[in-house]
Amino acid sequence: MSTAVELLPATKNALSLLLLAMADDEFVIGFSDSEWTGIAPLLEEDVAMSSLAQDELGHAQALYRLLAELADDGRDADAIAFDRPAEAYYHARLLDHPRGDWADTIVRRFLYDTADGVRLDALAGGSWPPLAELVGKIRREERYHLLHAGAWFERLATSEGEPRRRLLDALSRMNPDAATVITPLPHDLALVMAGILEAPFAELEERWREGLRPTFERLDLPMPPRLADPLRARTDHSEAFRWLHGEFTAVRRVDPKAAW
Amino acid sequence: MKALLGSAVVEAAVRSALAEVPDPEIPVVSVVDLGMVESVEVDGDRIRVELLPTFVGCPALDLIRDAVTARLSTFGRPVEVEFGFRVPWTSDRITPAGRSRLRASGFAPPDEAACPHCGSANVALENLFGPTQCRSIYWCRACRQPFESFKSV
Repeated sequence: MSTAVELLPATKNALSLLLLAMADDEFVIGFSDSEWTGIAPLLEEDVAMSSLAQDELGHAQALYRLLAELADDGRDADAIAFDRPAEAYYHARLLDHPRGDWADTIVRRFLYDTADGVRLDALAGGSWPPLAELVGKIRREERYHLLHAGAWFERLATSEGEPRRRLLDALSRMNPDAATVITPLPHDLALVMAGILEAPFAELEERWREGLRPTFERLDLPMPPRLADPLRARTDHSEAFRWLHGEFTAVRRVDPKAAW
Repeated sequence: MKALLGSAVVEAAVRSALAEVPDPEIPVVSVVDLGMVESVEVDGDRIRVELLPTFVGCPALDLIRDAVTARLSTFGRPVEVEFGFRVPWTSDRITPAGRSRLRASGFAPPDEAACPHCGSANVALENLFGPTQCRSIYWCRACRQPFESFKSV
């Protein structure tokens, strides 16, 4: 795989931000998923969440590698993944929420997977081969994630009593941050001009909302609101994320040269 | 001897050597059975193999790279093994021989909703996810046995 396709400086800059956003999203949700290993409500879900986590960390690793090749500043994928302070991570605020209960996890996954799916669809036919090829492969795996999250979302929403009550509570916490995954990134028009991204994120957000609406209406659930402050969608991370960051950088801090 | 072998002959020999490299997670099938070998190039004095990862985050890739390199070392030429996504690996790439080897060892091949133990189609999906990224877990209602199925991707 070669990243040596001529890119304008403005395109390269926008592409770096996109790769960082996507990689950090997959990395952080992957680590959040892995927190269920050993303690999920069912054995099947223990296996499922662990496998999902493995998929997401694999996607993150591949995206960090592309970013490392593009940046060419001496840092490898692990250095980008592990050697930044918590405030330098660029994941969506939706992923800043603590693990919470099972409903929090399902709501977070469902909102993330639907938005990420729209984003991947808009990148699969793109003009920068390394990303278009990787996205083509990632999409095939994400289909399983959406089947899983969608089935659980439906199950909780249609089970009256505690399951639906917990789902509504989780939605009231997550919904205000749901659109942070797909809200416009800086300079995304440069990516559209270069043919890397099919449409600007403002349009992708509308596609995501249109895709969600029939499900939310049928299940009588409140749609995610518009973001109050889109500019802070990927910054000012939470205390819960700073804790998670401390966890996932622990081995690296003890032994930066460890192979694992 | 080496000089007498044309590139095409070496390439064919490399491909049959690759058919002896087992998948580390399901050793009854080889990397050729799984359709992971996208290209083999014998260029001058060097062998280059392009492999397609079955899953992006497959943790077995380093093991596969080492096993392929070790097996091809008998050719006495430098070996380059490259993984890439230029062509996406799909479960349709598993060969007919690979599918029957999977079945014989208790794995349902992709897109085949039948029990590999008794052949019954009366099966239920237990879990989309399984012990490795590429497998799901089913239950056979006829012979009352669990089995794993290769995911369709």
